[in-house]
Amino acid sequence: MDSLFQRSLDDIIKGLRHQQAGESAFVSKVLEEVRREIKSTDSHTKSTALQKLTYLHSICFVDMSWAAFHAIECISYPNFTHKKVGYLAISQSFQESTPVILLISNQLRKDLKSNVEVEVSLALECLSRIGNLDLCRDLTPEVFTLMASSRIPVRKKAIGVVLRLFGKYPDAVRVCFKRLVESLESSDSPPIVSAVIGVFCELASKDPKAYLPLAPEFYKILVDSRNNWVLIKVLKIFTKLAPLEPRLAKKIVEPICELMSKTGAKSLMFECIRTILTSLAEHESAVKLAAGRINELLIDEDPNLRYLGLHALAIVAPKHIWAVLENKEFVIKSLSDPDPNIKLESLRLVMEMVSESNVVEICRVLVNYATKSEPEFCNVILGSILSTCSNNVYEIIVDFDWYVSLLGEMSRIQHCQKGEEIENQLIDIGMRVQDVRPELVRVGRDLLMDPALLGNPFLHRILSAAAWLCGEYVEFIRNPVELMESLLQPRTSLLPPSVRAVYLESAFKALVFCLHSYLKSAHGENGEASGTTLIQENHITPDSVLHLLNLIDMAVGPLSGSYDVEIQERARNILGFTELIKPVLSDSLHPQDERHKQQVEASKMVRLLHDTFSDELGPVSMSAQGRVPVPDGLVLHENLADLEAVCGSSLPASSATISFEGSHNVEGATSIFISDQKEESEPSSESTSLLAEHRKRHGLYYLPSEKNTEHHEANNDYPPANELKSGVTVSNDAQDLAKLAEQSFLPKRKSKQVKARPVVVKLDEGDVLPISSKIPQAKDDSLSEAVRDVLLGNKAAADSVIRKKGKEKLNAKEQEDDLDHMDSQSGTVQNPVKERSKRSSRKQNADEGDHGGDKGKQKRRHRHGKHRTREGVQNPPANVISQTPVPDLLL
Amino acid sequence: MGIRFILMVNKQGQTRLAQYYEWLTLEERRALEGDIVRKCLARNEQQCSFVEHSNYKIVYRRYASLFFLVGVDNDENELAILEFIHLLVETMDRHFGNVCELDIMFHLEKAHFMLEEMVMNGCIVETSKSNILSPIQLMEKTS
Repeated sequence: MDSLFQRSLDDIIKGLRHQQAGESAFVSKVLEEVRREIKSTDSHTKSTALQKLTYLHSICFVDMSWAAFHAIECISYPNFTHKKVGYLAISQSFQESTPVILLISNQLRKDLKSNVEVEVSLALECLSRIGNLDLCRDLTPEVFTLMASSRIPVRKKAIGVVLRLFGKYPDAVRVCFKRLVESLESSDSPPIVSAVIGVFCELASKDPKAYLPLAPEFYKILVDSRNNWVLIKVLKIFTKLAPLEPRLAKKIVEPICELMSKTGAKSLMFECIRTILTSLAEHESAVKLAAGRINELLIDEDPNLRYLGLHALAIVAPKHIWAVLENKEFVIKSLSDPDPNIKLESLRLVMEMVSESNVVEICRVLVNYATKSEPEFCNVILGSILSTCSNNVYEIIVDFDWYVSLLGEMSRIQHCQKGEEIENQLIDIGMRVQDVRPELVRVGRDLLMDPALLGNPFLHRILSAAAWLCGEYVEFIRNPVELMESLLQPRTSLLPPSVRAVYLESAFKALVFCLHSYLKSAHGENGEASGTTLIQENHITPDSVLHLLNLIDMAVGPLSGSYDVEIQERARNILGFTELIKPVLSDSLHPQDERHKQQVEASKMVRLLHDTFSDELGPVSMSAQGRVPVPDGLVLHENLADLEAVCGSSLPASSATISFEGSHNVEGATSIFISDQKEESEPSSESTSLLAEHRKRHGLYYLPSEKNTEHHEANNDYPPANELKSGVTVSNDAQDLAKLAEQSFLPKRKSKQVKARPVVVKLDEGDVLPISSKIPQAKDDSLSEAVRDVLLGNKAAADSVIRKKGKEKLNAKEQEDDLDHMDSQSGTVQNPVKERSKRSSRKQNADEGDHGGDKGKQKRRHRHGKHRTREGVQNPPANVISQTPVPDLLL
Repeated sequence: MGIRFILMVNKQGQTRLAQYYEWLTLEERRALEGDIVRKCLARNEQQCSFVEHSNYKIVYRRYASLFFLVGVDNDENELAILEFIHLLVETMDRHFGNVCELDIMFHLEKAHFMLEEMVMNGCIVETSKSNILSPIQLMEKTS
């Protein structure tokens, strides 16, 4: 009765189509019906409900996990229509961890044994979708039987399922692998070969080495097959195998080249190109041929082929850059292709071509191009310039002045959103490259001066870097007063608090610097050498000092009540300092009322702070701390419970060594308040001497400090402040590109380098911790081990495994022994040439294996040892599979 | 894995068929389909049929009002996947006779069975139209 009034799937679909707005209401109404109907005991009603639910699940994202049990009920119905509804529901909605999944084990087994072909197909399909360890283990024997089925479609599907079995239950290899290999040879039925090659393609992509012994079978298919689908898969397998065995590469290169020239199918041709470029790149003539085919792709009308052509060039670029250079005009032209994907691909290639000699021109053109691109691509261009130029500690940059001004120029590009990266690089370069600091400061100053930039949130990070640089290297600033004004301009209120705090700190540094140089120049007679300062004295007059102090009162004063603690704290620091300095300074600002003692005190205070700020900060290696040897008697892992008692007595003694900065502050504070004339230069030297002592003691962990002072003279000739290097007219894009194509990319073109590359401080490259990528491969390992066992091991052992499930470990061990038997046999029986080749392959394997874990290594050594002891025994086992690790084909 | 998923989407962006070869939750599916549809449907005829998306790529092709989108691993052959899409459309054409969006909507189950014949575990296992269709004809007879 139920089914009379039940809505069919078609009704639902029609209903859905007519719903415009209220779809979700309709869906929930249908769901309500489904929940009711699915409980029905009538198979038709139930399966129709399930069918509707499956539909909603796959189209409207409706959850159907609650119906798992109903789906299982449906597959047990004898009526095929109902059964297939159940199977579809299961393969769409089950996952490995679905609670009721094990309940289908028996039903699957029953259907796998069914005489109705479509039922077997359904069950196989289902297993391939949802099989977990338990299902795969339980059903391996049935699948094994079906792999020999006389019905081709069933056999084909059984082979397809094998991939899932191997993936979830590696021991299935011992059962099914031989039959799988045999299927490779069933050239009489193309669907089988097609399916089995697909399986091997997937297997080989995970662990190619294990399938090297099958190379002759694959080679046969490569030469004989006429099916493009199969050939593409075989090529993929060889792409993985060829790098492992040079002789194999030599063997396949010719047929692949022939295939590439003869085939009319672009997909196959492209696969040949890719195989050659990826795995046969050492074969120059083959690469030349492939490059020729790439040219054809590049000039094609079809954007797909153009894209793939560029993609192929990207593959070949690292090894044979000439292939890219040959096509440079096309690559450059593609930067303005209507397709963003093609643009991206060509940008990558352009970046591949960048070298020391052409980086300036390429970047200039790209930056100009970026200014005219839409925001997204603009940022992609900027991002790739930044990453290419900073690669391997700015390897390709010779002229850092140029690069730094380029960074400044990039910051000003309207759509630039690379603030963070530019910030990092500006500061990084500032710390690493001493010679470029004057230019850095100039670039930073220009950015800080421009009030318009403060309104752009993407620039805030860059401005923060600029402010820090100008504060840190303030001695290179021509006009510090002007810098102070820009750091304290009213529009800085647009900045986020963190950046504003940096501004304040830099203003503080600049203020101290101004006062320092003012006092030094005003009282030069005190006998201080003015070697390091570059300031033209006319910039700092008593008036400008007054002006600065007023500016600080005005701009920083209100910030002492800021809600942000960073800002508030720093503002109070500055204000505190000015409060302190004002009375002593005010006298010296009026020369008519000069009092010597006050001056000296002022200059002492200022110098103290100046010295604090002028200690140079360098990059520190990430592993520096780890290299400090643990002193004798120090136990790092001991319980710290009694630390309190220890601290009470020894804290004062240890403070000096724990933090020299702390002790420095203490010293500084006392010296400010004790106006003791005798210790005139003591406080500053105190800090530096502590630092020097530290450096002497732990010199190993400091970076070499290359203090070369020549550049101080050199940078007296600043370029005019507002002139950026973007003098190039941004008029004609195409012209630019064409010019670039003509001029640059000539490999090894010597540009006239006026300047030598400055010293770039590098940390040891060993810093980066080795990334162990091999860890999560436990399963693959067991799979490939099983494959190796089957390919090289004892057939009897392999076949018996299914009966001796409980003794798997034992079996594996036996097989290993058999392997050794075989080794010893082949070593004594085979001819010397074969033996040698075998040894070499073994050696190669071992070499490759060295990258793997220690465990593997040990095992191999162990095996090898056994091999040696058994060599003399000559005890060939009864049945040895004739396949040897390196096939005859290769010799 | 090879093929990770196959989607059929109309030009309004509504999913008409979704077949995944790896497990994703409903939320992940919804997000993925939204992203991909937005990316691919915005492209025009002059642009290529390949789109990179997170760590894999999408090969797509438009037939009338229906987009066929296939997510594949990065080393999969793009042109072969295009041919695969075409083969799928031809197969459906042969079965439905000039297939359209409605055919797939009303015969979703059949469309799934065709795909199951063609792809297993993300590998293309069958490329002959008559081989793909024979089980479906058999099924029609059986039921």
